[in-house]
Amino acid sequence: MSIAPFAIEVTDICKSFGSMQVVKGVSLKVPRGAVVALIGPSGAGKSTLLRCINLLEQPDSGSIRVGDRTMSFTAGQRGFPADRVLAAFRAETGMVFQHFNLFPHMTALQNVMEGPVTVKGTAKREAAELARDLLARVGLSDKTDAYPLRLSGGQRQRVAIARALAMRPQAMLFDEVTSALDPQLVGEVLEVIQQLATDGMTMIIVTHEIAFAHEVADTIGFMADGMLVEYGTPVEVLERPTDPRTKAFLDRYHRFLGAYPHARSRGGKNA
Amino acid sequence: MTYEWNFHALIQYRSLLLQGLGVTLGYTVGTVAVGMLIGLLTGIACISRHRAITIPVTAYVEAFRCTPLLVQLIWFYYAMPVLLNINMPAYMAGFIALTLYVGSFYSEIFRAGVVSIERSQWDAARALGMTRNKCLRRVILPQAFRRMIPPFISQSVIQLKNTSLLSVIAVGDLLYEASAVTSITYRPLELYSGVAVLYFLVLYPLTLVAAGLERRLARAD
Repeated sequence: MSIAPFAIEVTDICKSFGSMQVVKGVSLKVPRGAVVALIGPSGAGKSTLLRCINLLEQPDSGSIRVGDRTMSFTAGQRGFPADRVLAAFRAETGMVFQHFNLFPHMTALQNVMEGPVTVKGTAKREAAELARDLLARVGLSDKTDAYPLRLSGGQRQRVAIARALAMRPQAMLFDEVTSALDPQLVGEVLEVIQQLATDGMTMIIVTHEIAFAHEVADTIGFMADGMLVEYGTPVEVLERPTDPRTKAFLDRYHRFLGAYPHARSRGGKNA
Repeated sequence: MTYEWNFHALIQYRSLLLQGLGVTLGYTVGTVAVGMLIGLLTGIACISRHRAITIPVTAYVEAFRCTPLLVQLIWFYYAMPVLLNINMPAYMAGFIALTLYVGSFYSEIFRAGVVSIERSQWDAARALGMTRNKCLRRVILPQAFRRMIPPFISQSVIQLKNTSLLSVIAVGDLLYEASAVTSITYRPLELYSGVAVLYFLVLYPLTLVAAGLERRLARAD
């Protein structure tokens, strides 16, 4: 049997918080090496969907396959899957958060080493070497011994990306990773993500940077009201949207660009 | 009429008083050490997802936090033999009561320290594939410990002073020896003042160390 062409398969995921249904039956497939950008208004369920994919939130129902591990949930099911099973599943994906969530009591290098050493049992020396390589890859060779507090937001986010990559994940999940950054620091983080895309990393990116999504993504998903209402190539979704909610959302974005045309350069390469 | 101070009794019975001080310090160190272990285990148990664990642990913590230590000491020494037919010597009853008492306060310090760490730190650790125990050990507790140090030291200072209650069940701590010497020499003012100075001399440097630690941690943040 050949390797499944999709790195990630999400089938009919539902998630509620209390009586609020946040994700309403979303399915999507991410081909190996592809970049999917999820866009949409705040509260559409993008981040919750992303957190369901690595089970930081446990879906109420539906199933998720990452690589060759599958987790299925059925409505009304009692109890949690074992902690160990959840942990092993999560180790298959790397996640980067809006607020970096670096470990403040560890240096940049230690942050990046933590996953391999603690989860995989990699020898410290080997993990340190890997961490140095990854920090170099995100342009932070000179910051290996700095504590997160001493780093700028852009630098912290790049350390966080290196930390996630250190687990050699099947796919990377980005949760609004530039939303908490000063505008002039956004570019350095997007460049790193762009480079990962070029290197063939499978990625799901929740973002508000529409121009960046257009540039980097193979597929764009538009979410509204907990549903994936549009899923196609950037040209299809951004230029020929079919759902009125997508149209309304993009209209607002284009009006904004009309008023501030220079804002477009922010998302892409600033060269 | 002016009172004539005469500290001769303190010097005359110094070996007895120093022996009492030794007992006080021994009880403090011993109950703090064992209490800390109890506090760590029960504090972490309090944040468990299983009610079968949290309910009895919370019951222990609240029972010991919300009743006077003096009552607990008396209960362990006088009531246990009568009600449960469990006899133990005073030194052991004292140790157990003091340990369980301080353990209940440490438990609350540990619990509060752990829950004070942001949810996002758990997220980051779990996203790397850590199990709950690894998250706690590698990410949450190291950060929580720094926040626990000031309340922990404060509770330990109180604990040293609380050992003076041992004297009611005739354990020979500093206060017990002082009152014994008083009954021989009839010099209560001198003895109790001297004892207060001894407690102070032990504890004040400790609070200075605590303040220094706190400053260093504040800088590290």
